[in-house]
Amino acid sequence: MAYIEHNDTVAAGAAQVEDYFALLKPRVMSLVVFTALVGMLLAPGPLNPVIGFAAILCIAVGAGASGALNMWFDADIDRVMSRTANRPIPSGRMHRGDALVFGLWLSGFAVAVLGLATNWVAAGLLAFTIFFYAVIYTMWLKRSTPQNIVIGGAAGAFPPMVGWAAVTGNVSLESILLFLIIFLWTPPHFWALALYKQSDYEAAGVPMMPNVAGERSTRIQIAVYSVILVAVSLLPGVFGFAGWIYEAAAAVLGAVFLYHALRLLNLTGAEMRRRARTLFTYSLSYLFVIFLALLADGTVLVWLGLS
Amino acid sequence: MSNSRPEMSDEEIIARRRRRSIALGIALAVLVALFYAITIVRMGGNVFERP
Repeated sequence: MAYIEHNDTVAAGAAQVEDYFALLKPRVMSLVVFTALVGMLLAPGPLNPVIGFAAILCIAVGAGASGALNMWFDADIDRVMSRTANRPIPSGRMHRGDALVFGLWLSGFAVAVLGLATNWVAAGLLAFTIFFYAVIYTMWLKRSTPQNIVIGGAAGAFPPMVGWAAVTGNVSLESILLFLIIFLWTPPHFWALALYKQSDYEAAGVPMMPNVAGERSTRIQIAVYSVILVAVSLLPGVFGFAGWIYEAAAAVLGAVFLYHALRLLNLTGAEMRRRARTLFTYSLSYLFVIFLALLADGTVLVWLGLS
Repeated sequence: MSNSRPEMSDEEIIARRRRRSIALGIALAVLVALFYAITIVRMGGNVFERP
């Protein structure tokens, strides 16, 4: 039995387990899990492994839930863009409503269990993260302003703060620095993607920076945000939260980031798109390694008895 | 791709529903185990403090 929705025929009951899993945006989730884990491990205070596992699971499921809510709301956009056309809803394997229900249930469960397992500051932050991504970013900013991913980047930057709060029950300067690193990383990361996927966003009517302000302006803004990012990434050492292992890693990683970002400035056409893609790919490794360095700094030195 | 989906056989739809049910069952079992573990950890030694 089949019925019609948005000119697409969706077979009722056709969704596979894999389709529900895909709603959780597992690749985004992996970065969320990692940054939240680092926030949790860096936070001062005792952490029971069972509670830690539960907290990470809740943060992961909460992130997944916001992914599902995003796919529910953005099915029309996803259908147009080559990168997202094969997602469960636009490809006709699942009804929009199923993604909405799935996302709402998972959100509720993730927040409630995190609150019961750890504390309600962490749970409140997680709830706010989901709200920010699903409502503020997806429903409002994404379609209305080229600053969409700048402000929306906050949603992706909250997880380490949630992880931190799960241990300490509060928000502190250290966790705000973790937030800032991801927050400032987001614009160069997504604008690099937007530079080489510009036609996709154009077709979908999403006001990404290159489509609205032009490629040149976007490349300049990428450079500006990259400079601020690298400066802020060095602050943990300045404030004494991190030692020389992190500072050295942040300096080297930041120099490479700046090299890729500044190199875009004078390029155009196919070569620029190729370099934008390089920056996009590098930015993913950058974030991963810089958080790894933060973790290494906090633990390796202790193990070696140097701190 | 979406054009071929509606012609799926009843057997295939039932098989997919079954796989979804199994996945949901596993998720629930994990949740039960998790709740049990969290409860034990959070209550800790207080379990033995009876009035």
